[in-house]
Amino acid sequence: MVGDELEHKLKALERSQNEYGVDPFGFSLEYALSAIAPMIWIYRHYHRVEVRGIEKVPKGRVLLCSNHSGQLPMDGAMIGVAMLIEADPPRAIRSMVEKWVPTLPYVSTFMARVGQIVGTPENCRRLLEAGEAILVFPEGIPGIAKLWPQRYQLQNFGLGFMRLALESNTPIVPVAVVGAEEQSPALVNVKPVAKLLGFPVAPLTVTGVPFPLPTKYRIYFGDPLFFTGRADDEDAELEKKVKVVKAAIQTMLDAGLKERKHVFW
Amino acid sequence: MRPAVVVTGISGNLGRTLAKQLHQTEQVFGVDRRPFVGRPKDIEMFQIDLRKKKLEDVFRRYAVKAVIHMGILHDPRMTGEDHHSFNVLGTTRVLDCVAKYNVKKLVVLSSADVYGPSPDNSNFLTEDAPLMAASRFPSVRDLIEVDMLACSFFWRHPQVETVVLRPVHIVGPTIKNAPSNYLRNKRPWKLSGFDPMVQILHVEDCARAMVAALKPGLRGVYNVVGPGEVPLSAIFEELGSQPRSIPHPLARPLLGTLFRYRLASFPPEELDHIQFLCAVDGSRWAKETEWRPTHSMRETIRSVLGE
Repeated sequence: MVGDELEHKLKALERSQNEYGVDPFGFSLEYALSAIAPMIWIYRHYHRVEVRGIEKVPKGRVLLCSNHSGQLPMDGAMIGVAMLIEADPPRAIRSMVEKWVPTLPYVSTFMARVGQIVGTPENCRRLLEAGEAILVFPEGIPGIAKLWPQRYQLQNFGLGFMRLALESNTPIVPVAVVGAEEQSPALVNVKPVAKLLGFPVAPLTVTGVPFPLPTKYRIYFGDPLFFTGRADDEDAELEKKVKVVKAAIQTMLDAGLKERKHVFW
Repeated sequence: MRPAVVVTGISGNLGRTLAKQLHQTEQVFGVDRRPFVGRPKDIEMFQIDLRKKKLEDVFRRYAVKAVIHMGILHDPRMTGEDHHSFNVLGTTRVLDCVAKYNVKKLVVLSSADVYGPSPDNSNFLTEDAPLMAASRFPSVRDLIEVDMLACSFFWRHPQVETVVLRPVHIVGPTIKNAPSNYLRNKRPWKLSGFDPMVQILHVEDCARAMVAALKPGLRGVYNVVGPGEVPLSAIFEELGSQPRSIPHPLARPLLGTLFRYRLASFPPEELDHIQFLCAVDGSRWAKETEWRPTHSMRETIRSVLGE
């Protein structure tokens, strides 16, 4: 389903599977390979993703830090696919999902089987120690749910990822995604609906529900950043380091926007 | 008579499995309200309620080298008061005897359930994770109190080697706890769209862990994990069960009603275990002892059916 050559490459990603075909976190290579086929189609033909700088991602443990946008986490999916089919060697990254995701039927199981996990510090530590690549979106929900007037303006960054990086001595690769903001322009957050459904946000978009439009994605990977210092430092100290990462991403975003001629092509 | 190992709760299925392993190398005294059916001749049996004064007689009259405290009730049908009284008072009495009569070793059987299944949980909880089970399941409160009593005893009486074991779900052919009863069902409930990773432990391996805890010099709080973790769906497939898929918003109220009218034996709060993660990291135990599970995941799963 995925194409023999690609499948062969991807089989190399087999994690420690038990006799029931899952790794200790619930990842199933078989499931993930079936799930990825539609994602690869979306990557190639829907969002027609262009990637720059993916060779900058170092081997071993790494924290990929990206801007978050577009109401639905297609940016996460596209970065994931890029790392699988464009990086050499291919890497199956893990992204941190919100604590709310395990409460959703079907989505919770899907996320676990394709290797995504709840973003607790303990989970991250464990995975970084095992040399894995973790994708974080420090803006969190305010990032993905930002409304149209705030597009490409990075929201507040959480400090957790920096603490993790310092603790585990992990390089941070800033990633900028251009094209996700326009996939689902949101006009207003309908709070009463969100509350009713138990969702963190309920955006009203130009398409009504946040169905992603076929905008062209451009993903830029920056040079890895190395930070030293104490993980349990004061917030003010960590803010300084986080600012560096934020600036790196904003710079790549601005450059990408300048370069871009069309949203859909 | 040589110094004995007192085992409370010995008449249960887990207790009897433990007794059969332990009496080969130790003098065993069983303490339980229930009679011990099929008791090996060399095990002394004391049919006592742990809360009564008679318990002390056992310690006063005989030399006791260790206590394995399994005398903890898990009965969702019993009233909160009786349940709480038996577990908390009973445990307190046992701990008092251990302290008063200079017993060198105390092993308390707690459970990994104390962490509580939750969407917020990390995939592998370590022994330092907070015991949150009571937030969604008040009647598990006793279990947590017993665990905490044992932990505080650990610090208050450093001359006693206290070992608190938190094993994952114990299953076996004769075990009648919630996980075993649930898995034995030909058509168990499952919540549509949820398939958490679960960890199970064979009853014989659990008994062996309690024996291993008697090792001189060993003390601490330990999660005990079996052969690993599998998705719940894999267990159903292995057992050949045909689960009924119930949408989660309906499941709790429905099970609540069924439980109240005695048409189901599981209280609705137990549904959390088939919805969210409550999986633990057993590496501390693996590092500090030579114990390893002897039954594979397949054998452990199938043991529920009595194979």
